[in-house]
Amino acid sequence: MSARSARARRGWAPLLLSAALLGAWELYADASGVEEDLLPAPHAVAAALWNNAGLVWHNFAVTAEQVVLGLALALASGFALAVAIHLFPLLRRAVYPLAVGSQAVPIPVIGVLLVFWWGFGIFPKLAVIALICFFPVVVSTVDGLAAVDPEQPKLLRTLDASRWQAFRFAELPAALPAALSGARIALAVGVIGAFIAETSTPTTAAYSGLGREIMTDAGGFQTARAYAATAVLFAFAIACFYALGLAERKLVPWKLRPRGETT
Amino acid sequence: MATELQSRARPVIRRSAGEDAVSLDAVSFAYPAAGRGGAVQALEQVSLRAAPGELLAVVGPSGCGKSTLLELICGLQAPDAGRVACAPAVLMPQRDLLLPWLSAVDNAALALRIARLSRAEARQRADALFAELGLDGFQHARPHELSGGMRQRVAFVRTLLSGKPLLCLDEPFGALDAITRGEMQEWLAGTLAREPRTVVLVTHDVEEAVLLADRVVVLSPRPGRVLAQFEVELPRSGTLLGGHPDGHRQAGDGPRQRTDPRVIALREQALSALGTGARG
Repeated sequence: MSARSARARRGWAPLLLSAALLGAWELYADASGVEEDLLPAPHAVAAALWNNAGLVWHNFAVTAEQVVLGLALALASGFALAVAIHLFPLLRRAVYPLAVGSQAVPIPVIGVLLVFWWGFGIFPKLAVIALICFFPVVVSTVDGLAAVDPEQPKLLRTLDASRWQAFRFAELPAALPAALSGARIALAVGVIGAFIAETSTPTTAAYSGLGREIMTDAGGFQTARAYAATAVLFAFAIACFYALGLAERKLVPWKLRPRGETT
Repeated sequence: MATELQSRARPVIRRSAGEDAVSLDAVSFAYPAAGRGGAVQALEQVSLRAAPGELLAVVGPSGCGKSTLLELICGLQAPDAGRVACAPAVLMPQRDLLLPWLSAVDNAALALRIARLSRAEARQRADALFAELGLDGFQHARPHELSGGMRQRVAFVRTLLSGKPLLCLDEPFGALDAITRGEMQEWLAGTLAREPRTVVLVTHDVEEAVLLADRVVVLSPRPGRVLAQFEVELPRSGTLLGGHPDGHRQAGDGPRQRTDPRVIALREQALSALGTGARG
């Protein structure tokens, strides 16, 4: 009845669904006779994770760092580009088509070039993640900046606000919720972005991460371990998403109205 | 003090606004053609003036160019023809446009922040005015927690704190229910008694104009032309402010009553000028 118990019930829903899906997967893998190298059963994946915890953890740390820093770069550059596009309409015409086109560039084509520029370390990977993730941030932030009430600039002008003050007091905060929506989308593709970054740029062992591990395992009859690593990426993406939700509560508290849920 | 906007068509150079806080001479304005439609003539040969401290009400049907008139007075638009000379003016738009991420007091203090006062100083000055105008206790409410009437009050305090001598109010109570509107009219009259300003009040409510204004200008449907102009020779309200009977006007300056025969007569006069008949 209370809000708290309702929230607790909602909290159970994803766990129940996950358990049901895992159960179905287990039954299918055991009963259908599918090869273990093709589809390992959940218990085999769990065992592989347990037995290779050290290796997976090490690679996960590498990948997690790339995801977090790469997303930070994507959000910062996407937001900055959106603001520039908003303030200089000519830039919008010039940049928008290129930004859209950039999303079609197959990363392996430029992977080697990025390494040539920035070496075998983390920077080429961050650039790839940022390239994959910045676009939704740009689009939603530009829309958010433009969605300010058309009367608002008139009011601010009669209050003697400069262009910068109108931006600082009205447009910027108004665009924040939209920017965060863009960030959510960016975040959802951020983890696979890291996978692409790792597997399409030549690298040293220190920066190989889960992506390299998964590719090696999947090609080397270590399917259960590949699935174990995938499960870690899966969980990490969810954790990042909820972390952003918490940040949203701090950043845009005025958007949290009693009616309607924010997830 | 006066800002002057020359006509785009025939620049007329006159630097002084003379005695008037608002002075419009034969002002015309058209919105440029949008899409296939021709240009929309919003105002035609409008002349009006307001002395400092006067409350001028502009009434007219919807779409008669009332909001355009305020934009011209505020310098947001330049006239196509004619001359606009006004004291520095601040706009209170139809919707309150309070910023949802700021508390009521911070919204009211927006102009002070724009004038580069520190947050604390701006808040302190807005806070003092809140107390004076019967808004005590609402300082820290977010806009969505306030009623429509309260939001308009906060928006009005924001307008006052701009420090400009001329306030342009665009249908400030248009979206409120009748009871709240009546309360707000009294509050506005009381507030202006404490914080005297020149006011141009745009409204489609003839009664509101007669209850609040020193002078009423009646505009025609688009393109807006001045149909009639008359003085309201009744004292303006000086007391009645959130239940504080200590207003500094003389006793007996109660608010004008809508049942007062003189108010009714003026209302009829304005309505017949509008051509809507005696009981429009």
